[in-house]
Amino acid sequence: MALDNIARAFFLTEIVKGFALTLKYMFFMPRVTINYPYEKGPISPRFRGEHALRRYPNGEERCIACKLCEAICPALAITIEAEPRDDGSRRTTRYDIDMTKCIYCGLCAEACPVDAIVEGPNFEFATETREELYYNKDKLLENGDRWEAQIAANLTADAPYR
Amino acid sequence: MPKLTINGLEVEVEQGTSILQAAEQIGIEIPRFCYHDKLTVPANCRMCLVEVEGGPPKPAASCAMACGDGMVVQTESEMVKKARKGVMEMLLINHPLDCPICDQGGECDLQDQAMAYGFDRSRFEENKRAVKDKELGPLVKTIMTRCINCTRCVRFAEEIAGTPVLGQFHRGEDAEIGTFIEQLVETELSGNLIDICPVGALTSKPYAFAARSWELKKTESVDVHDAVGSNIRVDSRGREVMRILPRLHEDVNEEWISDRTRFSYDGLNRQRLDRPYIRDEDSGSLKEASWDEAFAYIAKKTKGVKGENIAALAGDLCDLESMTALKDLMGALGSPHMDCRTDGGRFDTSVRRGYIFNSGIAGIEQADAILLVGTNPRLEATMVNARIRKTWLEKRIPIALIGEAAELTYPYHHAGTTPDDLVKLAKDYAKKVKAEKPMMIVGAGAFAREDGEAIHKAVYEAAEKLGCIKDGWNGFNVLQNAASRVGALDIGFVPQKSGKDFNEIIEGTKDGSIEVLYLLGADEFDTRGQVGWQTFTIYQGHHGDHGASRADVILPGSAYTEKDGTYVNTEGRAQLAKKAVAPPGEAREDWKILRALSEQMGHTLPYDTLIQLRERIKTDWPHLADIDTLRASPWKEFGKKGKISKDPFRSSVTHYYLTNAICRASETMAKCSESFVTDDNKMLEAAE
Repeated sequence: MALDNIARAFFLTEIVKGFALTLKYMFFMPRVTINYPYEKGPISPRFRGEHALRRYPNGEERCIACKLCEAICPALAITIEAEPRDDGSRRTTRYDIDMTKCIYCGLCAEACPVDAIVEGPNFEFATETREELYYNKDKLLENGDRWEAQIAANLTADAPYR
Repeated sequence: MPKLTINGLEVEVEQGTSILQAAEQIGIEIPRFCYHDKLTVPANCRMCLVEVEGGPPKPAASCAMACGDGMVVQTESEMVKKARKGVMEMLLINHPLDCPICDQGGECDLQDQAMAYGFDRSRFEENKRAVKDKELGPLVKTIMTRCINCTRCVRFAEEIAGTPVLGQFHRGEDAEIGTFIEQLVETELSGNLIDICPVGALTSKPYAFAARSWELKKTESVDVHDAVGSNIRVDSRGREVMRILPRLHEDVNEEWISDRTRFSYDGLNRQRLDRPYIRDEDSGSLKEASWDEAFAYIAKKTKGVKGENIAALAGDLCDLESMTALKDLMGALGSPHMDCRTDGGRFDTSVRRGYIFNSGIAGIEQADAILLVGTNPRLEATMVNARIRKTWLEKRIPIALIGEAAELTYPYHHAGTTPDDLVKLAKDYAKKVKAEKPMMIVGAGAFAREDGEAIHKAVYEAAEKLGCIKDGWNGFNVLQNAASRVGALDIGFVPQKSGKDFNEIIEGTKDGSIEVLYLLGADEFDTRGQVGWQTFTIYQGHHGDHGASRADVILPGSAYTEKDGTYVNTEGRAQLAKKAVAPPGEAREDWKILRALSEQMGHTLPYDTLIQLRERIKTDWPHLADIDTLRASPWKEFGKKGKISKDPFRSSVTHYYLTNAICRASETMAKCSESFVTDDNKMLEAAE
């Protein structure tokens, strides 16, 4: 036994093995690291990223101000105010999410009866000031417009499991 | 007395009790939609089905089935559960799935009971029906597709409100609730339709989409819009009052409140005084000031003014604490001139029985004949009127009115309009009244005239002659019209020895004998037109209304939702209003302002906390510390003999929706008066 160990130490087998593995990954295996931000890793359709407020295809905003997301939010990050719009429908006059409070649990999207508030696939929304992370309704709707294609695709992909 | 068994529990109940009520007595809840304990029983929702063993082999509607001796009732058996599921499924056939946009969501009977007793799917695959919405005015919003045809609203309008305009027409799937001809529901109780509707078919228009029930802070309080002291719950969010709902108090308002109580809350956010102001002596316009500046200015202006040249008036919405503080301050300054009757009322305040509602509001139900004098209870105290109607509905008692003829909600004999008619009636019917418990209700408006004290004497005599006063029954009632009034009279916020009353104080401001006038929330008279120009006027209150428009210094106080206060209603019942929200800006609680001012004026009041102030009240007037009780006091002769003019009686309320500063600032109330007040009334007001 002792002889065995001595021989292994003497011929540096561990080091050779280690270098062999490195060289194998260097020349023969497929590449693992990606060149972020030019390349990005795959994301699940259920990924909970930046929030967005969606619209219907005809441009009408989905949110009906039921305040279920506000009620369920465990971090109390959502603030909503509502009043009847001129046509009598129930709409928000204010829809704020404090992204610094948000814990990205996804309960708001879960609670939404009309799939208006969703957590989209975007995770690159770092800002230089905290104030920029206090999202208002305009910002959220703009997010929705920007990401609608992917959000819709994700929701369709996840629909069979809901 | 039938004895029956419900779920294995034996219970003995009064003859005629329904199974549902019996179950309620022993704490077993039976779900229901159409049944309401203050309304008749139609038994049309079928949600309260129970199994009665030994009866016919089908579920029975427990709200309509009277208890019988030896009945064995099951409320949780398989049969009952299946029946409930079926009923629930049927009710939901035509009910839209719009809970997220429904204002009833979160406090909906249908939602709750569907969760508790319903089934999670429906076998109905046909088209759902839709019903056209009805226009019921600026207060009640209708979404009739949500209606489950329980007919609670129909019964309420017919029985409690006495305006039978709602009805159910067509049948089967086409059945719908509406007015037979397009018309508004003209009642001062229409807000209660919203409360009794078990679903979201009738909701509040001013509150539409404003908030959810779960995000509101609920504060128990008391209403100040009339002298009834209706028990209310103030629902607030942040610093804003979002809505006002009734609280059950069987002896006062049962479970109803008037529209003015319920819907005037938006006035609390408008026209508010949120910082002190001082009137600039050169330009005559109001300039913003700090509390210190305002107090210093008052101290400077009042320095050297003799007590007899200072006067104070307390308005309709003042709490007991602030009036006590003001009275103490006036006492310290040596002024005997103070009055709370800013409607110009003159009556004898020495006998408590002479200015309160002696029988109590619940006592109306015992009366077997009612004489109304110089009052329109429908406008002055809607809850009292509802109680009279309830009594009339039960017993068809004779009711007579002396005063302005008005559309009350029950038939009455119009026995004249002048004080002479009262004297004559009392003479004609003296000792001849067959009623065991006759009642007389005198409106505060009857005393708001030159000969008020003589009329006070006349109504005393009439009450004695008509047999309103007996052993164990005092049917002499004064219906005050202001929440602050009885409290103020109890603490003696009236002219002290050689003091001036309201009319004399106003005269005094003109002839210069009153140099300083302190208005505590006094907005009920035309201050600008009546208060003389040289008088230094201090206004303390919450709204920029009549009082503030004349004031030289404005001290911003708080409204009834913004302070802890005691209010004594017309029965003499002291009740507590609790602070629901903070007063706006730099406004403060009223007694604190007076306490701070007294220090600046060099007459520091001897209390620093509300508890100390209440102790002080308790020392002098122990009955006012007894919350929610009626204390007996001696019945003595009151009033003063004098000449009575032939002028007809007039009700003290001419415009129901605009009676006080809060209502006048409210947009909803303005809309109501636009929709509900008829052109005749508008002409009358324009003439005034």
